[in-house]
Amino acid sequence: MDVILFLIFALIAVACAINVVVQTHPISSALSLVGVMGSLAILYLLLGAEFIAAAQVIVYAGAIMVLFVFVIMLLNAGAETRKGRSYLIPGAPLLIVFLGLVAYYVQRMFPSSTMVRFGGFTGGGPKDIGHALFTTYLLPFEVTSILILVAIIGAIVLARKEIE
Amino acid sequence: MMNAVPISWFLTLSAILFALGVAGFLFRRNIITVFMSIELMLNAVNLSFVTFSYQHKEVSGHLFTFFVMVVAAAEAAVGLAIILTVFKGRSTLNIDDVNSMKN
Amino acid sequence: MQLLDSFIFITLLKAAVVFGVLMTTLAYLQWVERKVIAHVQVRPGPYRVGPHGLLQPVADIIKLLTKEDLLPPYVNKPLYLLAPFLAISMALLSISVIPFGPTIQVGPVTTWMQLTDLNIGVLFILAVSSMSVYGIALAGWASNNKYALIGGLRSSAQMISYELPMSLAIAAPLLISNTLSLRQLVEAQSGGIFNWNILHGPFPQVISFIIFTIAAFAETNRVPFDLPEAENELVAGFHTEYSSMKFASFFMAEYANMITVSAMATLLFLGGWMAPWPAAWGSSLVPTAIFAIAGATALYHGANAARKRDKLTLPVFGIIFLIIAGVFLLPMVQSWLLPLFWFAGKTGAILFLFIWVRATLPRFRYDQLMGFTWKFLFPVAMLNLLVTAFLVAWTTK
Repeated sequence: MDVILFLIFALIAVACAINVVVQTHPISSALSLVGVMGSLAILYLLLGAEFIAAAQVIVYAGAIMVLFVFVIMLLNAGAETRKGRSYLIPGAPLLIVFLGLVAYYVQRMFPSSTMVRFGGFTGGGPKDIGHALFTTYLLPFEVTSILILVAIIGAIVLARKEIE
Repeated sequence: MMNAVPISWFLTLSAILFALGVAGFLFRRNIITVFMSIELMLNAVNLSFVTFSYQHKEVSGHLFTFFVMVVAAAEAAVGLAIILTVFKGRSTLNIDDVNSMKN
Repeated sequence: MQLLDSFIFITLLKAAVVFGVLMTTLAYLQWVERKVIAHVQVRPGPYRVGPHGLLQPVADIIKLLTKEDLLPPYVNKPLYLLAPFLAISMALLSISVIPFGPTIQVGPVTTWMQLTDLNIGVLFILAVSSMSVYGIALAGWASNNKYALIGGLRSSAQMISYELPMSLAIAAPLLISNTLSLRQLVEAQSGGIFNWNILHGPFPQVISFIIFTIAAFAETNRVPFDLPEAENELVAGFHTEYSSMKFASFFMAEYANMITVSAMATLLFLGGWMAPWPAAWGSSLVPTAIFAIAGATALYHGANAARKRDKLTLPVFGIIFLIIAGVFLLPMVQSWLLPLFWFAGKTGAILFLFIWVRATLPRFRYDQLMGFTWKFLFPVAMLNLLVTAFLVAWTTK
């Protein structure tokens, strides 16, 4: 059951990721990326990361990608003009070889001793995340909040109209 | 054995997604798609963080993922604002056309 | 294996029941809305199809099903077809975690009146509702029509903006109840109206209830925040180019979202299926009293009928109401019918508020809409959350 779930959503993720790269229209890429994020959220659930799965959908798919779609719609961005696909001739085989190498090394470094079962790890609930966030990771948490403040100010400065 | 997935499969998936993100980042010319490829890479890294978290039965990986998400959100806000400004000035989204610093 | 089979069977059965009830409610909510608005404006509303227009939804459904399904030649076809599907499926998905009542005993089986209970149920609903922007945004973009595009843009900007005060307003009662599971949330509010989150705890959540309701109006694109479909500016907004069942899916999605947010408000603030005061003080007699009064009124009006038709229909309704009043007195059904009554009653009251506001308020201007959430609603929600957090930390040892 777990294997079937993993294979289904891994295949969806990879197919959508390929779509992100090969689609010429940015909105198709954006929607494929939402597909990747959705299937990753389900894989997170399989790994026992409930909170991260929910945050993935709320923050990534629900906020960041909506922002992307919004900007694409706002700029009315058209399809990318194709300037030939010459890069695919050396690129695609190289990519496949590279992926094969990576997969091989990952398999060697992590022999299948650890198996993932649904429910094998239950420490990823909101309570555990909150506890770790406000004890061990308090400083990074506060620093991130300053980062967000900086980002907000930066976005406002960039996007506002020039005052004459 | 049908009921469990080897941990290396998750890592391989993560590597594949990361490589596809790199490919998109290098090959695409539309600035928004390039930006989305970066998000794809971040997502791939998040998957390995969560996987390692499972392996060590430790919550730290989830926290890293959480921080990556926050940073990605901040990055998207600023990055898209920059894209909007660039588009306002040059009305193009092709990164090869944004080259006024070149000469 | 027997257990698994029965579990799957029960879940499928529950899903079918919930789906059927939901679809009927969606159809009749439309009828209720037209009737309420009509009565606010002192007209009778739908009256021709069936007694008091009760069969109007059926006529509407037949009309929508048999209309020609247009596919304009200039649309982006895959996205144009995907958008209504996304909208309706996201709207229906969030119903799956909403609990309607406590456990019920049907023959040998004991089961919860809920499809499934997640321990991140609230987050699930937030996630699904944040995904529902895509349906509207894509519909606007794929239609390849400037009115639809502006409608889609407006709606996505509005939904992202109002999601912030909404999530902050949700967070405050969660601090008091200390759980993210919707079922435990309700159980934490048992024992009378003063234990409900709107009145309970170190800091009564009246402010966050109001903020949640306002944000809910904007999230569901209802008046006074229905800028995405403002007829006099944008024709019909994002669904200008849709017809037949595709149009109906957007319509059903809007009403399903209304039901979801009303149910969420009930669960978060109004104690879910809990009665406002204990059964020992007679709360179990309230539904009987309400239905008996309704039945008596209908019988009285039937006896002094203003229109010829009412001579037959009103007494029939009166007798049906009296039978329902009697059913509520049977001890064997009380255990599950009473919670269902309270849940439906509270949700219905909030739905009535939606309709009432639609009949009362004019539409906002777009800059007012955005300024209102960012400059007023968001800071207030933030402040409310901070005060709640401080007081909860102060009082819990």
